[in-house]
Amino acid sequence: MFLQIEAVSKSFAGDSGTDYPVFSDLDLAISENQFVALLGPSGCGKSTLLSMVAGLESISKGRIALEGNAIEAPDTDRGMVFQEGAIFPWLSVKENVMFPLKGTMSKEQASQVADRHLKMVHLSRFKTNFPHELSGGMQQRVAIARALAMDPKVLLMDEPFGALDEQTRHILHEELMKIWEETKKTIVFVTHSIQEAIKLSDRVVVMGTRPGRIIADFDIDIPRPRQRSDERVIEIEERIMSLLEVEIQKVLEEELDYDTAY
Amino acid sequence: MILLIKRLLFIVVVVGIWQLVYSSGVFPDVAFPSPSQVVEALYTGFADGEFVHALLASFKHLIIGLTLAILIGTLLGVLLGKSKQANDIAGMYLVSLQSIPSIVWVPLAILIFGFNELSVIFVVILGGTFVMALNVRTAIHSVPPTFIRAARTMGAHGMNLFFKVEVPASLPYFVSGLRLAWAFSWRALMAGELLSNGPGLGYSLRYAMDYALMETVIGIIIIIGVIGSVVDQLVFSKIEKHVMKRWGLTK
Repeated sequence: MFLQIEAVSKSFAGDSGTDYPVFSDLDLAISENQFVALLGPSGCGKSTLLSMVAGLESISKGRIALEGNAIEAPDTDRGMVFQEGAIFPWLSVKENVMFPLKGTMSKEQASQVADRHLKMVHLSRFKTNFPHELSGGMQQRVAIARALAMDPKVLLMDEPFGALDEQTRHILHEELMKIWEETKKTIVFVTHSIQEAIKLSDRVVVMGTRPGRIIADFDIDIPRPRQRSDERVIEIEERIMSLLEVEIQKVLEEELDYDTAY
Repeated sequence: MILLIKRLLFIVVVVGIWQLVYSSGVFPDVAFPSPSQVVEALYTGFADGEFVHALLASFKHLIIGLTLAILIGTLLGVLLGKSKQANDIAGMYLVSLQSIPSIVWVPLAILIFGFNELSVIFVVILGGTFVMALNVRTAIHSVPPTFIRAARTMGAHGMNLFFKVEVPASLPYFVSGLRLAWAFSWRALMAGELLSNGPGLGYSLRYAMDYALMETVIGIIIIIGVIGSVVDQLVFSKIEKHVMKRWGLTK
């Protein structure tokens, strides 16, 4: 398999030497060119799992491999887009996109690659601007261009549109779809929005919490562009919703128990 | 424009009150000069080159001292900012060192270096180093973790990560550090020079006091205040604002 997550566990060290498990023995296989959404309530460990694929978080147990090579550290074969605030304010838009290219190619080449990717996200006009002059949506497009410019094998997106307003998010969804159809990159997309997951991906992996685990795996073979009013969309949405309601209920009950117990 | 007029009017009122107090004769003439006497002292001081000479000497001490303070302070700050162990052991002492007023170092400097310019420079260095180190440490600690995570996913690590990401990311605090280091060094400079054998603005001030030239004393106090605010406004405040804006820290 292209991206293989095998019996992976993650726990964080607690204050008194006890480990807090996030999830254990998680298995997931993602094939090339697939657009996979990782969906789940907060605390299920979906972002942690993505960071582990990026190599930013250590793997407590198990193995993650990309094309058979075990992942131990971050590298340019995996690009990542963060929720917000990850582009560098001291660099212009174009310099930001050129950042990962320095040292791997000549300056002219890097400049060409950056131009091409800025065109892809429709920011050619703003390449000499600085991040503080851009809107949140534009900043995220810079982040996408920057991650794609280094031509990674897989694009990891950690709630990339979570901090944007509804309209901007909608526009960026369409752009991301176009980019994905153009580049056919493998994308792992973390979100807590059911609609976003169904609208964009080929496959929705639903994660539950306490302990974090995969509770369902849906293939979405509805032709794009997908309409929210489409019956098939609504059907899957409802199925996922009922799955997640159980999970959220569990969290709520635990919190209430805690309150009554103490 | 209106603000400028208000500010000028304010100064006129202050000078007016000053003149009134002088005319009332509450203080003896020898201890409390009139505004016009001070203006005259300032004029003659600059005309005969005495103030220029003193200012040049002061700036020499300041530039040498402040440059070294910035260098040493930055190195200390980076060490404490990057090494948790170093910070755990020595970090808390930095705050106590910073809280010592610079004038306290003067007796020590004089005993070690004697009554000369070296002891003045020594006091200026101590005046600026600790505040610089504190700010650089804060600067390193406040680099947003997302910048570092993002840079690592783009293959940056080690020295490359430090110089290409952590250094520019910490520039806003670094600039604040420069501004404070200048302010503290300027105060330290005056304290050191006041007790030195000259030349320098602080020395000229004490010399004037010894000869009961109060109009010169007040003239020099005015010069010290004007230089302090002009350098802050024209140099450091401008740099700070520019960096803050570029880094998206102000709207």
